[in-house]
Amino acid sequence: MDIIIASFIEEVIVPKFNYWIYVILMMIGLFAMITKNNLIKKLIGMAIFQTAIILLYVSVGVKSEANIPIISHHGHQEHVEHAQDENHSPKPEVSTDDKSEKGDHHTIDKDKFANPLPHVLMLTAIVVGVSTLGLALAISQKVHGSFGTLEEDEILDQLKPGGHD
Amino acid sequence: MIIVGSLLLSATKDFPDWGDQDSPANDGPVSSFYIEKTEEKTKVPNMVTAVLADYRGYDTMFETVVIFIAGIGIIAVLRTYGNNDSTPKNQVGDEGAGLLAKITCSLILPFIQLFALYVVAHGHHSPGGGFQGGVMLGASYILLALAYGLARAKSCFSEKRTLVFAVVGIIIYVGWGVLCLIMGKEFLNYSALDSILPGGVEMARSHSMLAVEIGVALTVTAVMFSMFSNLSTKGRLDKGL
Repeated sequence: MDIIIASFIEEVIVPKFNYWIYVILMMIGLFAMITKNNLIKKLIGMAIFQTAIILLYVSVGVKSEANIPIISHHGHQEHVEHAQDENHSPKPEVSTDDKSEKGDHHTIDKDKFANPLPHVLMLTAIVVGVSTLGLALAISQKVHGSFGTLEEDEILDQLKPGGHD
Repeated sequence: MIIVGSLLLSATKDFPDWGDQDSPANDGPVSSFYIEKTEEKTKVPNMVTAVLADYRGYDTMFETVVIFIAGIGIIAVLRTYGNNDSTPKNQVGDEGAGLLAKITCSLILPFIQLFALYVVAHGHHSPGGGFQGGVMLGASYILLALAYGLARAKSCFSEKRTLVFAVVGIIIYVGWGVLCLIMGKEFLNYSALDSILPGGVEMARSHSMLAVEIGVALTVTAVMFSMFSNLSTKGRLDKGL
């Protein structure tokens, strides 16, 4: 039994642990959004949900042995040395010969840089998340001002026609 | 909840492994194009900024508009004008924090603002850009409001100036796109500007990214501070936290 669990962890969870964390975080956020009664707690759930999605996208863009997606001019020497080390790999476009042919337009090995596209998309998501969170906080502040509470059931009670105002 | 979670977890076994270089997302033509051609075409080493401000210019423009609308929405929801008599008069005054906090903030604030401007201006060579720098700049004003009281921060960055900054930021971005239209290319196609900006087509795109990032930074700074000041005073903008 222990061996089965250990092999399950090793083969199923470890290679995909980023997705496991993302699913767990997203379920925490969804749980908070659905079941919590307090509006602020719902907003916290929404923020956790957004964080989970950001984690999913950014972790998809990760490449092993890749660096940040910024082309460094200073570390160029190191880059060339690194390329020579891996010349036997099936990526022939990274070679010092190529570089000398094309002058200073050194070719760029896409495996050396993390995928920039998820980062850009998530930059957008973070910004939109901040906007929605700010606006939602403002609205809940207004709700608290007019109802005196942030609990959803108490607000619904007050909104009933027979309820006390 | 558990059902949805286990469904999602069962789907993860079809997902690419952690750090897989040949996963569809990493090996696709779009990402490869961005990585391999960005510097050649735009002379911008930071691909994230290049994709954000150039290739996905529409996205970023409307993102800025989203921020602006959120700021306007908060003002519309919360802001109350005139003096509110229901305000309890015995609140903590607006004198700000203690002496130690004030001195620390006055020492640290110039560096925060300088670094924020650096992040905006150097965003296409190092990590950074308009959003990040704008948030830092906004945070510096929030720190000022926390340490010295909101009145002091508002004397630097009044409500009217906040709105003007936000609008000017949008106008810079959209105006830059319209300028490209006037110069005969598509909206936000920065290569149209090579005749009025120095350094050829590639540098024109690079400079244009800087320009739109400045626009973004102005809007973000203004909206961040406006969000803070409205939320912390329930829209009265008189007394801070």
